[in-house]
Amino acid sequence: MQASFHDKPRGHLVLNDVVKIYDSDGGDILAVDRCSLDIPAGEICMIVGPSGCGKTTLLNAVAGFHSITWGTISLDGRELCSSQQPQATPGPDRVVVFQNGALFPWKTIMDNLTFGPLVQNTLTKAVAAERARELLAQAGLNGCEDLYPAQISSGMRRRAEIARALMNDPSVLLLDEPYRALDALTRSVMHEALLQMHALNPVTILFITHDIEEAVFLGHRVIVMSARPCRPKLVVDVDIPFPRDKRVLTTSRYRHLVRQSLDAVHEEAAISFSAGEREGE
Amino acid sequence: MSTVAMQPSVRFDRKRIRANALGRGLLGGLTAILTWEICSRAPQLFGFSVPYIGVIPAPSKVLVEWSILLNEPSYWRSWYQSFFRVFAGFGVAFLLGVPLGLALARSKIIFGALFPVFEVLRPIPPIAWVPVSIIFWPTQEMSIAFVIFLGAFYTMTLSTMNGAREIDPALIQSAVSMGASRWSLYRNVILPATLPSVTTGAAVGMGITWEVVVAAEMISGGQSDRAGGGLGRLMWNAYVTGNYNAIVVAMISIGIAGYFSSALVRLLGRQLAPWAAR
Repeated sequence: MQASFHDKPRGHLVLNDVVKIYDSDGGDILAVDRCSLDIPAGEICMIVGPSGCGKTTLLNAVAGFHSITWGTISLDGRELCSSQQPQATPGPDRVVVFQNGALFPWKTIMDNLTFGPLVQNTLTKAVAAERARELLAQAGLNGCEDLYPAQISSGMRRRAEIARALMNDPSVLLLDEPYRALDALTRSVMHEALLQMHALNPVTILFITHDIEEAVFLGHRVIVMSARPCRPKLVVDVDIPFPRDKRVLTTSRYRHLVRQSLDAVHEEAAISFSAGEREGE
Repeated sequence: MSTVAMQPSVRFDRKRIRANALGRGLLGGLTAILTWEICSRAPQLFGFSVPYIGVIPAPSKVLVEWSILLNEPSYWRSWYQSFFRVFAGFGVAFLLGVPLGLALARSKIIFGALFPVFEVLRPIPPIAWVPVSIIFWPTQEMSIAFVIFLGAFYTMTLSTMNGAREIDPALIQSAVSMGASRWSLYRNVILPATLPSVTTGAAVGMGITWEVVVAAEMISGGQSDRAGGGLGRLMWNAYVTGNYNAIVVAMISIGIAGYFSSALVRLLGRQLAPWAAR
């Protein structure tokens, strides 16, 4: 229903020659080097790279949490940030889902979901609640409305968080390794749930991960980033048709694409390892 | 022992756990009183006196003194007066300390300007403020409430500040990215995230107010009846007149008052933050 509010698809995200230089005690560090990406509306774009390569920096620049040094980032033709205005303003058109989860522990699941529309004053309480129930149903979370986040499992919390992000009717969802802390079994359930939610709410997704199998399973495209400084090294078009389910995991096409990406990532991981990069960004 | 046989005793039973806790509390209390009584009566019982504890009046004598005091309206007036002063001082400490703690945590300018002053004033014990307080405040009651206020203020401010500093930045960032204004960020994220620390600070601060009540009520001199200036004053008068039984009665009265005040604060905290208890 949300998509019918808009005539043409939204969420065309363009990064043009983005450069990020950090000031640090030991001198300037080039974290992102002339990174250009063109992500069409509705695409699931997976960014893979070794730890500490600067992929989170890129996501934070799109979200408006960090500034950029050079280049431009624009969404549907509107410039978010450039060298003149280095930091984008955070907004509900680009909602972030964080690595460790950021549901408000003091709000029930329902109040977490309706938070965005109510503080922005875009929906009335009744309409927001109705939309929240719809999204919770899509996420398989019927009956969780009045529970607090601590009362549901970590997998359910991640699904609730995606639903909360979608409540804001975003153009782009920014996911920063959202399933990193989950066990393998829960993670594979999460992947199918995310694809189902995306099929019903076709927003652009920029998804950061270091799990290559996750990247190939979920993405329309997988962008393998180089070790620091971060820039696209290899773009893998995942030509496996949607809807995908876990049977994809055993196909030879899937294995082939994983191997291809894996080789590229390994090369970069070896470079960053010898450069002495540490785990975690 | 098989696990099946274990089951009934491991089952979660709120009533039973509460009864057990009460039983242990009573056992501890009774043991303490009994030990104290025996120590006080050691000269008669064993022919020697127990050092230190033996000097304190026996619980039985204290109880007799207490039963006399319980019939005096002035004793109950002391309860009322001390409670009134403690809650006034504590209330002001809460109303000033929580916003100040939030401001210190959230603003670098305010922190830079105020924290050094705060840290210099903090180690000065409330009792040292008694003379200044008498000179400064127009009424005696205000002077007393001020000294009590100081007891709770620093703890509440620091506890709030630390709580507000430790908020997960992802919570703030996600609220901002969902379009929260400055005000709704405070109301929906920063305040509730800090609430558990505020409760802890308030419970500790409430304890300290009762610790300083004796010092504070030294200000209220010149009461003609022996218990009229509050529980702290009751204690001080008993000391001055050499009534050791009454000293212990006043001490225990302050202890009981402090226990129930802190319990009340914790109860309110749990009511305000139901998510934290789960």
